[in-house]
Amino acid sequence: MTVADTHIPDLTRRKPRSAGQIAGRVALYAVLLVMAGFVLMPLAVIALNSVRVNEDILRESFIGWPTRLTLENWGTAWSTACINASCTGVKPYFWASMLMVVPATVISTAVGLLNGFALTKWRMPCADVIFVCITIGVFLPPQVVLLPWAIALSWLGLAKSLTGLALVHIIQGTCFTTLFCRNYMINLPDDLIRAAQIDGAGFFRTFWRIVLPLSPPIIIVTVIWQFTFIWNEFLFAVTFSSSDFRPITAALMSLNADDTGVSEYGFGSAAVLIAAIPPLVIYFLGGRYFVRGLTQGAVK
Amino acid sequence: MPSAPHAADFRPRPKSRARRISELVPLAVLLPTLITTGIYIFVFVIWNIYLSLTSSTLLPVYDFAGFDAYTRLWRNPRWTTGVWNLALFGLLYIGLTTLVGVVLAILMDQKVRGENLLRSIFLYPIAISFVVTGTTWQWILNPSTGLEAFVKQLGWQGFEMGLITSRETAIYAVVIAAVWHAAGFVMVMVLAALRGVERDLVKAGQIDGAPMLRIYRRIVLPAIWPVLISVLIILLQFAIKTFDLVLALTHGGPGISTTFPAIFVYDRLFAAGELAQGAAAAVWMLIGLVVVFLPVLALNWALKRRKGGAA
Repeated sequence: MTVADTHIPDLTRRKPRSAGQIAGRVALYAVLLVMAGFVLMPLAVIALNSVRVNEDILRESFIGWPTRLTLENWGTAWSTACINASCTGVKPYFWASMLMVVPATVISTAVGLLNGFALTKWRMPCADVIFVCITIGVFLPPQVVLLPWAIALSWLGLAKSLTGLALVHIIQGTCFTTLFCRNYMINLPDDLIRAAQIDGAGFFRTFWRIVLPLSPPIIIVTVIWQFTFIWNEFLFAVTFSSSDFRPITAALMSLNADDTGVSEYGFGSAAVLIAAIPPLVIYFLGGRYFVRGLTQGAVK
Repeated sequence: MPSAPHAADFRPRPKSRARRISELVPLAVLLPTLITTGIYIFVFVIWNIYLSLTSSTLLPVYDFAGFDAYTRLWRNPRWTTGVWNLALFGLLYIGLTTLVGVVLAILMDQKVRGENLLRSIFLYPIAISFVVTGTTWQWILNPSTGLEAFVKQLGWQGFEMGLITSRETAIYAVVIAAVWHAAGFVMVMVLAALRGVERDLVKAGQIDGAPMLRIYRRIVLPAIWPVLISVLIILLQFAIKTFDLVLALTHGGPGISTTFPAIFVYDRLFAAGELAQGAAAAVWMLIGLVVVFLPVLALNWALKRRKGGAA
């Protein structure tokens, strides 16, 4: 610590390590691996349970290695398990989620892209005020608009329908997507847009020809984010849907709350996994962009 | 394609009618969002505030009952327990998640092998819904089937872990599940910020023989402040909205021991038929959010100002 010179070589990587340094590395990896094990544990446990026989789970414990393998749980969870006294499995709820999430994601992303472009590259009166309002929309606790939404949807004849739920998600999601796209597009070079304008290109032409080809990174981030968020959302899903045709998060809660004596952990685990798979697939396919969306979207 | 000379004499001409119309296009594009967002954040919030001042019970009534719903609210143990739980949970959740996330980020920043794989593992819970998180942890923490049964089966018969079955400790089960859900997210954010720290400064500090702790405090911490504030804001958001995680994990119980304000609002509005009280509770949630956010935003502003002044 005292003689500065002797420390310089330490900073180059190639030197053989001292015993203390090796011990440090071992401890480092040990801590990281233990933490990784802890984080993976719940997913591993339900994945294993989904192929265990339910009696085995009840006899041994919820945490355990499959002694007898079965795929029956998946079939039961998908098409015959009883939720809310209707024995259809999670299949209709899975498709209900898809039916609502896909249009809501596509529409809110498209609107967000156009809004982001209009807010950043065209002289817009009070663009800052609009920006602040949209930010408030992002942070508003949903509880404070829950009752007005419920009343408004019933006026529109959309109470307890997937259309109404999708509408809520589009309107709320547009605040998120606009914020994301605005933060991305503000960094696109103005010269490109000006050049297009001088060439006589209008708003949509500039958007289609110049902005959209530059936007795949933010489109991917926004789509991943919206899909995951809306798929996983529960409060609106349970409030604005009917009990026989509702998103899978709401159906899963009914299954979870159903205390009918014998616990069906086997197909319960499979049902939980089915609900978790779409966002997980999206996460692993677009992992890099997911991280980028988190770090960029939030920091600005 | 018009050539350069065209463009040059294109500018000074008075605006044509078509051009003026085309300038309205961006506004027209924004208009639907302006209207819906305006309704969403102003009309709906004011509507909710108004309903909280009425005597609405099962159905909305548009009269004026003053602050009756608010006074009844604070006499309701479900609400006060919920507020207390949120304060305790919020403090522990934000503190622990940030601590675990920052420690993990620092460890991950030591030129670790398999960094991408580890990062994917740590981050995946954030992609999983609170309903799935809560359901899974409920199974794991359930004494008769989960971890306790597992340890007993291994031979330690006296092992007991009644975390979610006891009124006093069930809230900590919620904290565990919530930290599990978000710690990786904090790690990724902080790690990205650490990568942005100037390596030369750190090396210079090391060459000067400064202890690692001081290097972190003097060089690294100031550089990652903005990210820590973003993290704080996002975690505060999660905390105040805590709802589905608790419903799936403890159903707000045992008894009402893990009830939360968001659960109270939902219960009053859609189960108890107490619309005005539910609306009043929602207003308090909004007030709470603003009160907690203001110091954070002020801190953010002050730090930016100081940074700007120093540069």
